[in-house]
Amino acid sequence: MLAYIIRRVAQSILVLLVTGFVAFSMFSFVGDPVENMLGQERTQADVDRLRGQLGLDQPFVVQYAKFLQQAAQGNFGLSYRQGREVSAILAERLPATLELAFVSGLLALGGGIGFGILTAIRRRGISSNVIMTLSLVGVSLPTFLIGILLIYVFSVELGWLPSFGRGEVVDLGWWTTGFLTLSGLKALVLPAITLGLYQMTLIMRLVRTEMMEVLRMDYIRFARARGLRERSINFRHALRNTLVPVITITGLQLGSIIAFAIITETVFQWPGVGLLFINAVQFVDIPVMAAYLMMISVMFVGINLIVDLLYFAIDPRLRVDGKAGGH
Amino acid sequence: MSDHQIEIETRRTPGRLARAWNGDLAYSFRHSPVAMISAFMVALLVLSAVFAPWIAPHNPFDPGSLNLMNGFTPPGEPNAFTGEVFLLGTDDQGRDVFSTILYGMRISLLVGFSAVMLAMVIGVVLGLLAGYLGGWIESVIMRIADIQLTFPAILVAMLIFGVAKGITPPEYRDQMAIYVLILAIGLSDWVQFARVVRGATLVEKNREYVEAARLVGRRPFSIMIRHILPNALNAVLVIATISLALAIIAEATLSFLGVGAPPTKPSLGTLIRIGQGYMFSGEWWILLFPALTLLALALSINLLGDWLRDALNPRLR
Repeated sequence: MLAYIIRRVAQSILVLLVTGFVAFSMFSFVGDPVENMLGQERTQADVDRLRGQLGLDQPFVVQYAKFLQQAAQGNFGLSYRQGREVSAILAERLPATLELAFVSGLLALGGGIGFGILTAIRRRGISSNVIMTLSLVGVSLPTFLIGILLIYVFSVELGWLPSFGRGEVVDLGWWTTGFLTLSGLKALVLPAITLGLYQMTLIMRLVRTEMMEVLRMDYIRFARARGLRERSINFRHALRNTLVPVITITGLQLGSIIAFAIITETVFQWPGVGLLFINAVQFVDIPVMAAYLMMISVMFVGINLIVDLLYFAIDPRLRVDGKAGGH
Repeated sequence: MSDHQIEIETRRTPGRLARAWNGDLAYSFRHSPVAMISAFMVALLVLSAVFAPWIAPHNPFDPGSLNLMNGFTPPGEPNAFTGEVFLLGTDDQGRDVFSTILYGMRISLLVGFSAVMLAMVIGVVLGLLAGYLGGWIESVIMRIADIQLTFPAILVAMLIFGVAKGITPPEYRDQMAIYVLILAIGLSDWVQFARVVRGATLVEKNREYVEAARLVGRRPFSIMIRHILPNALNAVLVIATISLALAIIAEATLSFLGVGAPPTKPSLGTLIRIGQGYMFSGEWWILLFPALTLLALALSINLLGDWLRDALNPRLR
């Protein structure tokens, strides 16, 4: 088990080093910072001096090591477009994205498990058929079209919910939250549904297949023979064993929720890091792109690692075999 | 020597694809209404995109044929100033929506097809090399694939687009946008192909016919291409179909986000982006028709891919 953990941690570090390298090469290959900083009337001496100051005359490996050191401290320099510290901009935008991701993750998990159980237990009911068909359509619809559709129905036609922005937010010093105001909560509804819908259908389908598999097992039949109530069989015996793979997939989906937030945030003009990133791509704002890449890869790698270790803790079979995929 | 080769050529059984076409696949196709309808839809959409210059009543890329007075004409109604009638209405610049959809679909399909081809070539080559040669080459290729899989493809595509945009000089950016899109989506999507081809190669390379080819003295390259690849082709075909739908959606998403096809050469995604701006002011047709076209395209290719996967069943083979 220890060997497994060490291998996973080493793999995570490798991923971070590679993404760090990608981020670093974006700085080196896309545009020359010296060209940007010095005006038209420059001498070769000026260029050399600035290169020395910025450390650009150092060997590649030294520059890379320096970049990693700076990145680890959260220092990515100034945004080309806004002229402010990239880390400050990110810190200001992050709460919006995390709140959105949190709510849609909750929605995806709750809705996914709920509908999954429902469609697994009442396999031939009308409601399950309707839900299954809708989920097929939901998977085929691109995220941004779902967002536009929701805006059209609930903002344009019905006028119930706002179509853009975060509403009023409460400033807690280091964190801004939209949870505490009515307009903030209202603004959250449509983006959260848009972002969570795809993950919800994924989780729902997973729970459904797993649950149907488990319900066929002998111990469930035995529980029925013992005369236990249907509800107790479904929830105490079957659901518990269904949840192991669900936790893994959900954990991994958390990462893609943050990535797909880029699309949702653009549709709803939600002031989070995703919108910041897409604007950075449009205007080729390299420091912001690099910082976002590093931030999101730390998140992804961390989530993957935690999920893997969690899997180990939950499923005792893995500890005995010492290998993943025990069944 | 040459006589010998000719003899082998003539005795060779038809390729796997050809055999499948004459047998189970065609049967399955004839008995699946979903497959037939979606194939019809795909054919209709692709053909109307290919023949857009002959079908479309206007050329939306020719500024000379545009009349700003025609702007915002509702579908099927005569324009208040010019009296012209447009089947699906016009957008803000007086461009016929029907024509822009046909031309837009051309760009969407071109980007989608080319990106999948690029991903397929990269993935198949790397998968064959990794599976056949093994060793450190395999480790490096599959490790890169693992790392790339950590990130969603659309994010990778955005990053590649951003970097490529930074490298191209500003005056060429609009012209290059489509090639950059193909590159970005293609490079973000090769991993699936590589994984499947590597898996198939690992199985096939220990079979007797590969052993025989090696003994005859065929070089590794020709063994990979002529002998192993045909046996992995079914799986590649299924992935390519599903990837095509994903690539078209990815292209639309990028263009919608403003990091794809420029408004001067709009794809379906760009058209939806333009249309979204008029959703609140009541010009619904500028948004609705491109969105429906994209949906029909993605859905029918997806359904066709689903059917193909079940019919060829590469995993159960």
